[in-house]
Amino acid sequence: MQQQLQTAKMTSLTAKDKDRVRTFWKLAGPVSDDIGRDALARLVAVYPQTKGYFSHWSDVSPSSPQVARHGQTIMKAVNDAVAQIDDLKGGLLPLSELHAYTLRVDPSNFKLLAHCLMVVLAAMFPDEFTPEIHMAMDKFMAAVSLALSEKYR
Amino acid sequence: MVEWTDFERTTISSIFASLDYNDVGPKALCRCLIVYPWTQRYFGAYGNLYNPAAIKSNPLIAAHGVKVMHGLDRAVKNMDDIKATYAELSVLHSEKLHVDRDNFRLLADCLTIVIAAKMGSAFTCEVQAALQKFVAVVVSALGRQYN
Repeated sequence: MQQQLQTAKMTSLTAKDKDRVRTFWKLAGPVSDDIGRDALARLVAVYPQTKGYFSHWSDVSPSSPQVARHGQTIMKAVNDAVAQIDDLKGGLLPLSELHAYTLRVDPSNFKLLAHCLMVVLAAMFPDEFTPEIHMAMDKFMAAVSLALSEKYR
Repeated sequence: MVEWTDFERTTISSIFASLDYNDVGPKALCRCLIVYPWTQRYFGAYGNLYNPAAIKSNPLIAAHGVKVMHGLDRAVKNMDDIKATYAELSVLHSEKLHVDRDNFRLLADCLTIVIAAKMGSAFTCEVQAALQKFVAVVVSALGRQYN
């Protein structure tokens, strides 16, 4: 009970949400590199304003190897977040500091990337990505985004 | 006036031509009501929305999902003047239905996901970008008459 109260303060993920995320991630986790590459490529293709954050790369197109590699990096972190689902604020603290002090990505972009991730999951797992799983994953990504913005101000 | 490339026009037409409105409409609306439960506030007269199973088997919701798709069809057929095509619908949603404009975006996102699930790998970045542009124009047109 104490545990539940503590985690309820940090995220709004119920035990059922976490269970759904962990179970679904058994499918998605092993192909997280592919998912990451596709999700970031979609972000820059569908929301071109996000390219501004990557102006230091020579190629910011959806087919760019730099975009692909970075998509994988991001997805590795999401993978780790699933494992730390009971303490996202604590687990993502170093990344939160990175985003707050160095990267300073406007948090609205987290929602755009999360949407692109949902699209990839739907395309890759049309039968398993049910509305119930979608909701749990959407809540999870919202919790991850919140933990990432923790240090912003 | 929105400028559409040939690729965008062809892509939007072919996506919607490939969709079974009787299947996709209900799926998109149900997904929206399940993933974003606060959207249920507009469906008080639609009967049992108590849980995902009830929502998915609710015939009134299904019928409304189909209706939404036919509404979108009008935009697909009038891509060069979606604003005018939706003028009345915009007034309806703002004056009569009082739908918060943000909800249009939520339903559009759910529709995108249902289409992605249908099309699989054929739903490439470029296709998604075209669809996103289309739904953004639709959402904007629907919100036009609000203030």
